[in-house]
Amino acid sequence: MLVPTPARTAPAGTGSHGFAAAFGGPGLVVADDAAAAGGRQPAGRRFTGQGWLRLISPVVAVGLWQAASSTGLLPASKLGSPASIVHTAYNLIVADSPTYGTLQSSLLVSCERWAMGFAAGVVAGVFLGVISGLSRAGETILDPIMQALRSVPLLGLIPLFIVWFGIGELPKVLFVTLAATFLMYIETFAGIRNVDRKLAEVGHVLGLRRSEMLRHIVLPGALPQVLTGLRLSLVASLLALVVGEQINASAGLGFMITQAEQFLQTSVIMVALIVYAILGLLADALVRLLERKALVWRRGFVE
Amino acid sequence: MAPRLRGIKEISSERAPAPPQAHAVPSGVAASLRGVTRSFGFRKVLGGLDLDIAAGEFVALIGRSGSGKSTLLRALAGLDQEVTGSIAAPGPVSVAFQEPRLVPWKRVLANVALGLRAADPVSVARTALREVGLAERESAWPLTLSGGEAQRASLARALVREPRLLLLDEPFSALDALTRITIHRLVLSLWERHRPAVLLVTHDVDEALALADRVLVLGDGRIAHQAPITLPRPRDRDHPALSALRLRLLTELGVPADSTQLTPVTFRSGMPSRIPWAPPRSELRGPTD
Ligand SMILES: Nc1ncnc2c1ncn2[C@@H]1O[C@H](COP(=O)(O)OP(=O)(O)OP(=O)(O)O)[C@@H](O)[C@H]1O
Ligand SMILES: [Mg+2]
Repeated sequence: MLVPTPARTAPAGTGSHGFAAAFGGPGLVVADDAAAAGGRQPAGRRFTGQGWLRLISPVVAVGLWQAASSTGLLPASKLGSPASIVHTAYNLIVADSPTYGTLQSSLLVSCERWAMGFAAGVVAGVFLGVISGLSRAGETILDPIMQALRSVPLLGLIPLFIVWFGIGELPKVLFVTLAATFLMYIETFAGIRNVDRKLAEVGHVLGLRRSEMLRHIVLPGALPQVLTGLRLSLVASLLALVVGEQINASAGLGFMITQAEQFLQTSVIMVALIVYAILGLLADALVRLLERKALVWRRGFVE
Repeated sequence: MAPRLRGIKEISSERAPAPPQAHAVPSGVAASLRGVTRSFGFRKVLGGLDLDIAAGEFVALIGRSGSGKSTLLRALAGLDQEVTGSIAAPGPVSVAFQEPRLVPWKRVLANVALGLRAADPVSVARTALREVGLAERESAWPLTLSGGEAQRASLARALVREPRLLLLDEPFSALDALTRITIHRLVLSLWERHRPAVLLVTHDVDEALALADRVLVLGDGRIAHQAPITLPRPRDRDHPALSALRLRLLTELGVPADSTQLTPVTFRSGMPSRIPWAPPRSELRGPTD
């Protein structure tokens, strides 16, 4: 009866499928960190103390880029120099251009889409994951659907979404929601099923009622993986935002990009991409902070 | 495909006291087993085992590795649904496992108070922690405890429920020799104060001889041998009666008598083969070695 729980159930192919993987990039890194986070040392602290060393290579890269632009090796029509990008960003912030609007207003529109879509996705994913995780019937009904749907490449859904939901806000937000939902579902489900069975036994011998079992053992036990899901789905939903926003947008960062494409203004595109990147980094930092707060017990910090 | 893991609903429903028909037992009995049988596949691990444990009795259960000691204890704890036969263990039953199994996201005090149905669980838990000498660690996270501290917390968590039957599955085997001796004393004093019946599973004959009123040897799925010990505690491990009993028990365990002379270390109270404070052997060698 005591089947040792595998460290991670099969559905937890964390980020190795679907959206995050389609774009490579940070999703995979986060997945690695997440695996490591199962142990004592939380991710992201490995480089503490030599953090500034990690700034060297990016700075050198930007320096080389600037040099290539200044010497004409890299024509401005292909890619503007770092200085010109900073200049463009400055202009986009201070002036309300008829083509682009301001950078702040675009950012706000994008953030709104992201926040709405992401929040809906997290709620839906956690809800479905808890149902599947807690009951065999829930699993039997929900899991096949979720597993099948999550294998559908999100990008391929764009034409359908346009047919179904038009080109307004809805398909963009929904696109973000979808990306977050699947990852949250998978991680929540796996998180609940991976709760240490030995602790469940402790709950029994201590005479915990079902509700106490959930509150004290099962849900807190699933939390680390749910937070990992949160991080993965932040990344995935940001990617979904970038793609979704290019569906005929009339505002937002994606709109800036499509406009700039028409006028061949690579530095505007670069500005938008950098803002996306900063958003991703900030969101990741936020979740890490959340993890640090919620999972203190894992590092044994007594505060 | 995902391995078939069971939902929490199923885990939770395992709670009902295991065996279907528990026979009636007199009030002086803490646990009574009749014809208890458990097979894994075709392997019969317990085969019609009978056992009575009197209220307040300290019983040690020894047996070779894989003989079914943990299986028996899990059956008594109500953690095994597939065991057949009749098990009666009236009154609160507490378990301390080999690994302390503290809930890592609860501080020590909350661990001890978990599921406690007292009017003021926190102060009761605090008292229990004081008894095991962990009062000042009550707000520590379990992962920061030393092995011995964690084991004492686990003991406090088991005792705070004032069990009639306390099940201990090799709770000391991972501890170093010194900590073990301390914890043995602690267990004895707690037992003398609260007087639960204790079933201590151990692979250490000396531990059994030092602590128990009665030593059981599990073999072939039943109690193959048992010996009462009436010597007062604390006991001198070199007492002639104990030495004779030790030999007898080792023979029951299938250890040839003369080999106990050659490798006593394995059966002493967890004495590590290398003395902890001695330098590693490599440092004792000459540089040219
Ligand atoms: N869930 C299980 N499935 C299959 N076999 C099992 C299971 N649990 C125990 N066994 C088998 O039952 C036998 C008895 O196991 P048990 O854990 O009770 O031994 P033990 O006496 O406690 O040994 P040890 O001293 O090594 O802890 C072993 O051979 C073990 O492999
Ligand atoms: Mg065992």
